[in-house]
Amino acid sequence: MWRVILERLRQKHRTHGYPAEAPVMPGRFQGRPVVDNNTVAGAEGPVACCPTAALAIGPDHRLRLDAGKCLFCGECTKACGQHGVRFTQEHRLAAARREDLVIKGGEEHLADALNKEAARLFGRSLKLRQVSAGGCNACEADTNVLNTLVFDLGRFGIQFVASPRHADGLLVTGPVTKNMELALRKTYEAVPSPKIVIAVGACAISGGLFAGHDETFRGVGDILPVDLFIPGCPPHPWTILDGLLRVLGKLR
Amino acid sequence: MSDARFLRFAHGDVIPRAGVPRIDVAAFNTAVAESVASGHRLVTLFGHPAGKDFIELMAILANDRDGELSVAATAVAGSYPALTPGCPQAHWFEREIAEQWAVTPEGHPWLKPIRFHQPYRPGASPWQRTGETPAQPGITNYFRVEGREIHEVAVGPVHAGIIEPGHFRFQCHGENVFNLEIELGYQHRGIERRIRGGPDNRTIHYMETAGGDTTVGHAMAYCHLMEALGRVRVPARAQVLRGVALELERLANHTGDLGALAGDIGYLPTASFCGRIRGDWLNLTATMCGNRFGRGLIRPGGLGNEPDAECLKNILCRLDAFERDMAGAVELLWATTSVMARLEETGVVSQADAISIGLVGPAARACGLSRDVRNDFPSGIYRYANIPPASWHSGDVFARAFVRWVESQRSIAFIREQLGTLPTGAVAVASGRIAPDAMAVSLVEGWRGEICHVALTDSNGRFEHYKVSDPSFHNWYGLALALRNQQISDFPLCNKSFNLSYCGHDL
Repeated sequence: MWRVILERLRQKHRTHGYPAEAPVMPGRFQGRPVVDNNTVAGAEGPVACCPTAALAIGPDHRLRLDAGKCLFCGECTKACGQHGVRFTQEHRLAAARREDLVIKGGEEHLADALNKEAARLFGRSLKLRQVSAGGCNACEADTNVLNTLVFDLGRFGIQFVASPRHADGLLVTGPVTKNMELALRKTYEAVPSPKIVIAVGACAISGGLFAGHDETFRGVGDILPVDLFIPGCPPHPWTILDGLLRVLGKLR
Repeated sequence: MSDARFLRFAHGDVIPRAGVPRIDVAAFNTAVAESVASGHRLVTLFGHPAGKDFIELMAILANDRDGELSVAATAVAGSYPALTPGCPQAHWFEREIAEQWAVTPEGHPWLKPIRFHQPYRPGASPWQRTGETPAQPGITNYFRVEGREIHEVAVGPVHAGIIEPGHFRFQCHGENVFNLEIELGYQHRGIERRIRGGPDNRTIHYMETAGGDTTVGHAMAYCHLMEALGRVRVPARAQVLRGVALELERLANHTGDLGALAGDIGYLPTASFCGRIRGDWLNLTATMCGNRFGRGLIRPGGLGNEPDAECLKNILCRLDAFERDMAGAVELLWATTSVMARLEETGVVSQADAISIGLVGPAARACGLSRDVRNDFPSGIYRYANIPPASWHSGDVFARAFVRWVESQRSIAFIREQLGTLPTGAVAVASGRIAPDAMAVSLVEGWRGEICHVALTDSNGRFEHYKVSDPSFHNWYGLALALRNQQISDFPLCNKSFNLSYCGHDL
């Protein structure tokens, strides 16, 4: 027992001071993309190299990037050099509406809090059931990490629970494989109403890399109504935490 | 082995496809069974279409002792005599072949689908007569034990924790598990099918998401193939940094597993410390490329990102502190009697079983075997820097935990040594033209064990077939064996001690 206490003293208190203290992202972190408002000339290259067709030229002849499809691989920035698309260090990416994930020059729509009734119900205690439906275990791992003492999810009143019957909502990862459709529907039905659904990662939002495969759907939205979209491949744990707190109205 | 039935080759060789010996199916079965009986190992066995009506089966065997690979092939039509009765290592591969190519291995002892998808060529799968609904996951016949006081427990696909889906069927007598049947397929995304016809701008991303926790391992296996087929020599600096990334991936996952094992025992100090330290390793990978899982780092020809001098200095500098933290956290396990009582003699896999079913990675080394691709079939930096395989003899949960700890220490020493003597120069070269009508095999020791990728190119240098074998493909059956005659409450602990990939298996 003394050995445990000694080790505890050595390893110290390591919980991050978030949200009072801002998270420090790695120097090469590719966060919120910014799309150049003017560029179209020469944009065919970056558009063609995008593996998920996240980058496109809109009807207004301007570049637009769908953060819900984006893998944040940065191939487009390599292809377009200084102009076109660049990724910032901004980790806040979650949106409440699918269309808010489409980034056009300069606009930004972060997720608003749930409606008043939902915020009253879930604001101080949100229990979630996680369902992986074709996720590659990266989104799952970076969701799970929120339970470690660095993030200490419990201090925000959010907890992952073992049964959908104990949950207020689902946090879904993966494009939703055909083989998981039934299990996902049944899990959703087992959650008592009112309930929320959170889609984490490019796959869960749009099918990501697997959009168009016969074996998968194009994300959770094909099966269930989604209340919060958290983009990334996978989203950084801070991005996921920001999304969860934002939807509860704890961050503005 | 001077055996005309096989073509012998070295890891990393590019073989003209015409040079692969084609023998009749009876000779093929005998050759594979004899080779395995003589101590070789079935690395992969797969089918691909050869002409309109035939499926070519290809077996790749490893002679771990001499570091030599061999390949043989045969053509089959609608059915063929199964290899499995004479070579248990083939059992899961033959189920895969039956499902993908609608071919029946006659006499297979337990022929069921493994991923629950439609066959890749016209025709009904062995489980589906025309007009019937296709097989669905969870709706099949399971192995059943009959008798008084026998009961069945079904778990999954949705589990209690934040983990991937799979279905487990236990046949129990009281608390004792007589048999565990593992059914997967829920994660099947159709990756292998989409790689055919490539490479294209999605291919590397399929590799990086084949198993997200093994991003570096699968990306490296793919890049080695591309570099062999394109006759590209990767600069030394890139080789070293790839090795560093692979060992960081191993460290992150081994740390996470040791913490999760402690968590399942209810020993919270190590669980809490390791949960955090796992993140520390992931964050080191993120300093190299921006992504905690190493996405974007490994690219054909070298690296997609060059870590700057400050980043590398930072890794070296933090290594000591992380090593100290990890040692403090992990050694609490071995020093705590109640933890050791739970780890020892739980979930034992015998060495004979490990050899017979072809276990790989830490699970195999925990049965006293010393197989490790970094040592037996080294590529890249591992040709020059040896990491001695870490093994332990007891085959139980303790052995699988202890091997992870010894390996972690060796990975830290490797990173320290390599970053201390990092070669200068470029980190990437341009890709070459892919050799047409060729075949190449790439092996990488991922943190779970041997990752095997095989590419067969067509006359235009496109992938006519591409086979991905995750270490989990070999090892899931090992978990089933570990549970025999254990208590059902031992399952979480045994499962964590293997920590296999669902999506890496299902692809």
